[in-house]
Amino acid sequence: MTGNVWVVAEQWRGHLSEITYEMLALGREVADGLGVPLTAVLAGCGIKELAQTLGCADSVLYVDHPLLTEPIPELCAETLAQLMEARKPCALLVPLTNVSLGIGTLVSIRLGNSAVNFCKDIQIVDGKLQVICVMYGGKIEVAVEPAGDLAIVGVWPGARSADKGRSERSPAIEEVTVTLEDSRVRLKRYIDPEAGDVDLTKQDVLVAVGRGIQSRDNIALAEELAKTLGGAVAGSRPVIDQGWLPLSRQVGKSGLSVKPKLYVALGISGAPEHIEGMKDSALIIAVNSDAGAPIFNVAHYGIVGDVLETLPALTAAIETRKTASHHA
Amino acid sequence: MATCPATLEELPRYPEGKEILTCLQCGMCSGTCPYGDVMDYPPRRIIAMMRAGMLEKVFTSDSLLSCVACYACMAKCPRGIQLTDVLLPLVKEQTLTHLPELPSELQKALQNMLRYGNPMGEPSRKRAAWVKTAGVPIRIFSEDRRPADALWFVECYTSYYPRGQDNCRATAKVFHRLGIDFAILGNEEKCAGECGRLTWEPGLSETLMDYNMAVFQKYQFNRIVTSCPHAHNAFKNRYPALGFNWGLEHTTPFLGKHLAQLKPLLTRKLNYTVTYHDSCCLGRQSEFYEAPRQLLRAIPGVKLVEMVHNRVNSICCGGGGGGMWLDTYFKAKGYERLSERRAKEAGASGADVLAVSCPYEVSRFEDALKVLGYDKRLIVRDVTELLAEAMEE
Amino acid sequence: MHILILLKMVPDVVEDLEIAPDGKALDLEYLRMILSESDDHALEQALLLKERHGGKVTVLALDAPEVDDALFTAVAKGADRVVKVVGMDAGLTTRQAARVLAQAIQSQTGLMPADLVLTGVQAIDDLDGLIAPLVAYELGLPYLDIITRVSFDALGQLVQAIKEYPGGVRGEFEVKLPAVLGIQAAEKPPRYVPVAKVRTAMKSQKIDCTPVPTLADGGWLPIEVVEMKRNEPAGHAEMLEGDPDQVSGRLCGILAERGLF
Repeated sequence: MTGNVWVVAEQWRGHLSEITYEMLALGREVADGLGVPLTAVLAGCGIKELAQTLGCADSVLYVDHPLLTEPIPELCAETLAQLMEARKPCALLVPLTNVSLGIGTLVSIRLGNSAVNFCKDIQIVDGKLQVICVMYGGKIEVAVEPAGDLAIVGVWPGARSADKGRSERSPAIEEVTVTLEDSRVRLKRYIDPEAGDVDLTKQDVLVAVGRGIQSRDNIALAEELAKTLGGAVAGSRPVIDQGWLPLSRQVGKSGLSVKPKLYVALGISGAPEHIEGMKDSALIIAVNSDAGAPIFNVAHYGIVGDVLETLPALTAAIETRKTASHHA
Repeated sequence: MATCPATLEELPRYPEGKEILTCLQCGMCSGTCPYGDVMDYPPRRIIAMMRAGMLEKVFTSDSLLSCVACYACMAKCPRGIQLTDVLLPLVKEQTLTHLPELPSELQKALQNMLRYGNPMGEPSRKRAAWVKTAGVPIRIFSEDRRPADALWFVECYTSYYPRGQDNCRATAKVFHRLGIDFAILGNEEKCAGECGRLTWEPGLSETLMDYNMAVFQKYQFNRIVTSCPHAHNAFKNRYPALGFNWGLEHTTPFLGKHLAQLKPLLTRKLNYTVTYHDSCCLGRQSEFYEAPRQLLRAIPGVKLVEMVHNRVNSICCGGGGGGMWLDTYFKAKGYERLSERRAKEAGASGADVLAVSCPYEVSRFEDALKVLGYDKRLIVRDVTELLAEAMEE
Repeated sequence: MHILILLKMVPDVVEDLEIAPDGKALDLEYLRMILSESDDHALEQALLLKERHGGKVTVLALDAPEVDDALFTAVAKGADRVVKVVGMDAGLTTRQAARVLAQAIQSQTGLMPADLVLTGVQAIDDLDGLIAPLVAYELGLPYLDIITRVSFDALGQLVQAIKEYPGGVRGEFEVKLPAVLGIQAAEKPPRYVPVAKVRTAMKSQKIDCTPVPTLADGGWLPIEVVEMKRNEPAGHAEMLEGDPDQVSGRLCGILAERGLF
């Protein structure tokens, strides 16, 4: 395959997202494997200095346009499409995040090209790209080969370590222009979450509950464990959707990314959208009644059991131990 | 059993409807109802509203969510009005369509029953997974089509819940030792649908009944023996209208009939003081009060004590009528859980074993005992589990 | 107001997923299909909008196992018309499905004009693209995704839509109608409808069947599945065995070792 490997640098509200560096790490491997350069594409308005941190790539294409101040999917896609028509990369890696979802699909149909979604890894087999994807809520892995000269790949968070995508090197930055028209989609404002009572990202210990907690009442049990460990209660999306915990407690794709010293996942199945938000926690303990729950793939210790039985038992055991050592 | 009125409109043309007109408004029903004091419309008031042409108000109230279909009202009614079996389900059905929001746990359970044939949402292919751990051979009809004397209808909680599987293993062991000729449906089995009927959803119930009747007709057997009093209730009261004409037993009275053969096998002495909880469907509905007690007395070393409310006066565990999936709702309303109320009585009885004969009761009472802090001095066991325990290996 | 909903059936992951003998697809034998979860939310959002503003809700789906059930359930919940495209090959990818849907929308009477096209933001089997942006592009309509709140403005010419961002941040957007939105979650969880109502819907309403339109060559090269397998993850937790008290004791020890309390 000829042509560069391109990585979309995801910028949002003036910052580059972690996934940018994860994808640079992946893109670097793919580019090196194919023997072609790696290019990062950064689009926005007045954010050129962010390009400095993209040194893992050999070059950066920077597009400055007022209409690109906020990431409107159609405009981002049109930008990429115009650049790709002119410069013909062999691959485009796009993040699968709230900010960038849909852009990969739009670029692909705009260029009359295929797209591959749900990528967690890319390998080079016989000089061609083989994309490893995770489907069906994490249960099935599929290896696919995009045909043709261009692979447009949507990449899950966590495909590589972000640290491997950071570099001290200054990349060559080329400023390029595109022609954009006003979009029929307009961002009016951002609504920031109310300052919650608790900032989950600053907690050392999080006790997180999922559907397996079964009812709003039972969250009190989680609160007791959190209290005894000096931490806070968090929740996966279904719990927040039900209104059992406020938005400020949501961990996952549309919530917070956390890295506490201890993350206890209770009755959380481990869908990719949640894992994404807590996979870097130092110690992960999971309790779930389903032995096949994907959460056990990221947890360090796992218990197959009834959350509502295990939870109070654990709280009690810790209390006893604390009192014992207190008296010792 | 005569065909039942299918709607409130039809009700007056049926004997059950005419009975309702004879209501004295004495209030025995509301007085006996375990949640009668918190309902906006206990049974007496429902009939009063019906007579006043104001039933709409009942439909839009959430009062019926508190009915656990325990038969207490129906057992006490001096006119013998078919409250739990006829009137209340019809009113509940209307409430289901008029309630702006159904509590999500109940909604999920009903959706799961329709889709997977069990309220937990477990796949049907795992329903017979417990068979591998039974320790005795279990014949499954779809794999071995020879006739059997009994079709053992295992039911959902018994199949999927760990404590329910304890019950299954005990039942299998006892059946085996007694030489009972039985087979199960295995993964073909789906919920009998009683929960659908007494729990708001006749459409769901009909779907399950149609399915089960079709499966039954594939095999040859003389009787259905079931571990679940709710299933027993459905087979007894609803299925005949669809052509159900097999013998019907619940495991506990069924084993009671085999007492003479059973007794010599009960050789291990269990030094338990046992109190027996009469389940609603087995007790008040079917009047099987003495068989379970005879079985318990046959176990060496077992001393039987009674709770204050026993036999026809037994207090429901709160699992019927959808209550199994409404605990959050009851808690939010500040009601005492019936299982806790009953567990206190068990605690006061001086027993160290609370014996039950309904799969709902095991988890409900074990939870309640934990909440009350009684779980170190009282354990919950199904009658069949105790019988199995009393048999040497 | 006319709202068009696009529904899709996906494999039900409650059942164990098995791989077909050729190692490239799911084994269909025990496979059950269920309505894609976010499509259910899209339907619910449409019904909420209908309750608030009046108008009609039309549901469009491609033929698939168990789709009739989903369509009649939609009718029972309040959809006015349900349409199914029949006669396709089995096993269409998302990309192919989107083309069929877009063509059907343009050729079948009454589906257009619609003020709003709603569908789920993403399905678990969207290997080669997402329905919402694909259909939007084919129809030449604006598109926005990860929507959790929709309301029409007074003149019905645009919608206010709330999009979810990380960290609990939401973005308030204005989108000119007609538009396609990818719904993440409806304002309320999808409503319950009694089985009896669905059975009534089956008797009282028909599903309009429309034949699959002949499609010109898509012009893009497909992706080829090399291998499909159960996901064996790189790592796995060390599992603690025993009853709740036993595992709690062990866990306690582990936490104490790490100075976590």
